Amino acid sequence: MSVALTRRPGLGRLKAARAPLHPICLGFAALVVLAALLAPWLSPYDPNAVDLGNALAGPSSDHLLGVDAAGRDTLSRLLLGARTSLLGPLGVVVFSTVAGIAVGLAAGWRGGWLDSVLSRSTELVFAFPGMLLAILIISVYGEGLLAPVIALAIAYLPYVSRLTRSLVLAERTRPYVCAYQVQGHSALQICLRHVLPNIAPIVLAQSAVNFGYALMDLAGLSFLGLGVPALTPDWGRMVFDGQTAIQHGYPLSAILPCTLIVLTVVAFNVVGERWADQVARRTT
Amino acid sequence: MSFLRFAARRLVEMAVTLFGASFVVFGAMYLAPGSPAGFLLSGRSASPAALQAINEQYHLDDPFLVRYFRWLGQVLQGDFGRSITYRTDVSQLLADRLPATLLLVGTALVVVVVVGLALGRLGAVRGGKTDSTILVTTTFALGTPSFVAAVLLQGLFAVKLGWFPTSGAGEGFGDMLWHLTLPAIALALYLIGMLSRVTRSAMLDALEGEHVTVARSRGVPEREVIRRHVFRNSLGTVLTTGGLIVSTLLVCTILVESAFSIGGIGQLLELSTTTKDFPTVQAISLIIVALFMIVNLIVDLLHPLVDPRVTLGSRRSDA
Repeated sequence: MSVALTRRPGLGRLKAARAPLHPICLGFAALVVLAALLAPWLSPYDPNAVDLGNALAGPSSDHLLGVDAAGRDTLSRLLLGARTSLLGPLGVVVFSTVAGIAVGLAAGWRGGWLDSVLSRSTELVFAFPGMLLAILIISVYGEGLLAPVIALAIAYLPYVSRLTRSLVLAERTRPYVCAYQVQGHSALQICLRHVLPNIAPIVLAQSAVNFGYALMDLAGLSFLGLGVPALTPDWGRMVFDGQTAIQHGYPLSAILPCTLIVLTVVAFNVVGERWADQVARRTT
Repeated sequence: MSFLRFAARRLVEMAVTLFGASFVVFGAMYLAPGSPAGFLLSGRSASPAALQAINEQYHLDDPFLVRYFRWLGQVLQGDFGRSITYRTDVSQLLADRLPATLLLVGTALVVVVVVGLALGRLGAVRGGKTDSTILVTTTFALGTPSFVAAVLLQGLFAVKLGWFPTSGAGEGFGDMLWHLTLPAIALALYLIGMLSRVTRSAMLDALEGEHVTVARSRGVPEREVIRRHVFRNSLGTVLTTGGLIVSTLLVCTILVESAFSIGGIGQLLELSTTTKDFPTVQAISLIIVALFMIVNLIVDLLHPLVDPRVTLGSRRSDA
């Protein structure tokens, strides 16, 4: 069975640089997730506690990573920001995976007019870049985390549904499906209990690859002020807040969230790609 | 299939998808909670007379489909309605801001193509240390969102070193180019990573071909082998990413223009989204989607010319 994982081009063939990069990235990703989970206990200050007298102070024993232009502790904001910054992409990936599998299963199994309608609408969604669809929906519904997450989930859905559809088409012709049909199992039962577990690893690898991109898109929307509400700590939002500080010659409060975004995206990309590669090798 | 028939079929397909896209862009307004008139005013206080004017201007008393087709007809004539915040024609707003965006996207595209192809080619040909250095660098380029690159470049080269202006688009061509250097680099960074990866893997595929072994065994100089038999062969694959590159540039320009306060259509889209100026959002979304489709069409038509082994339309089966 040939497997065609829809990656954004350019991420295949990483092998030469693999050896030291992968464990480091895996470790870093685990660290970020752990920090996000434990953030309320780890963060030394209230992330929204404003102290204007102390604005833009550098690192000290009180504030390990300094404070931002409003005097808020950067370390606390980074830690709690990890929650929103990871939860958003997680929502996108979960929504798009569940809906994408449902659409792909229906299209691949039923075929016919359902398949052509779904394929057509998939093509339409492909024409809308995720960020643009998100902006369009935000302009109607207003800012907040939910609207962009749903918009991005719709934009990422075709990557999952197209893959699922092709996998289901290949799976349908295999003898075990016939055997269950002869035994009188319903189509739904065969799909959910037998086909789905067989194709799940490949689909999940695809979703892992999508995570890093969703993180970048959502951080970008927060940077534009269209993502999370103003007071919620979020890395993209922190870059936006830090931009004025940078222009006044205090780069630290912007550089830190920038670095975290880049490292996290790289870590999740490398881990996801490695996983996708392993799954692809196992099934071919 | 003849070239003309293929082009005609693709054109019709594009028109159908564009039709669907315009329906989404138009219909999105009616997903908003509350009445369309209330949404278009979005909190601004309005006298009954103003409400009446809005109703008349948007023909809100007509059935939905009638309104849609009237809007579509106007759009096809280049009339996107009036901006609610700026109180001028949207097409005029766009015309004022388009040059800066086009120059920015164009410069970034040139940087992406030149640097991306060069890096990919270098990595594939040299291999070894050069290759792994490029791979690690591009891994980080692929993890850097354009707004992060924009803020960091601005902090280092504009604020700290003072080599470039921090914001604005400048006046006149030379000044504009100087103002747009940093934004263009920020915009290009991610795509340089992508394009060099694609070029590298396409060239590695081509290097494994038997024709390369034959050419080498006949004593063709290595430079010539790489140029004529490897690089040339990989260009077809590289070309297929054209649509993705242009659409990514157009979307990321929203972020970069906001970071550098360049008054192009990207920043206009951001501003009109926050002020809920829906006609402007509609127009810009539609233009970006249309540009993406046009580039994809051009790529489909050019592909067989660049790579004669590809027959017309065969890309669609695996796309």
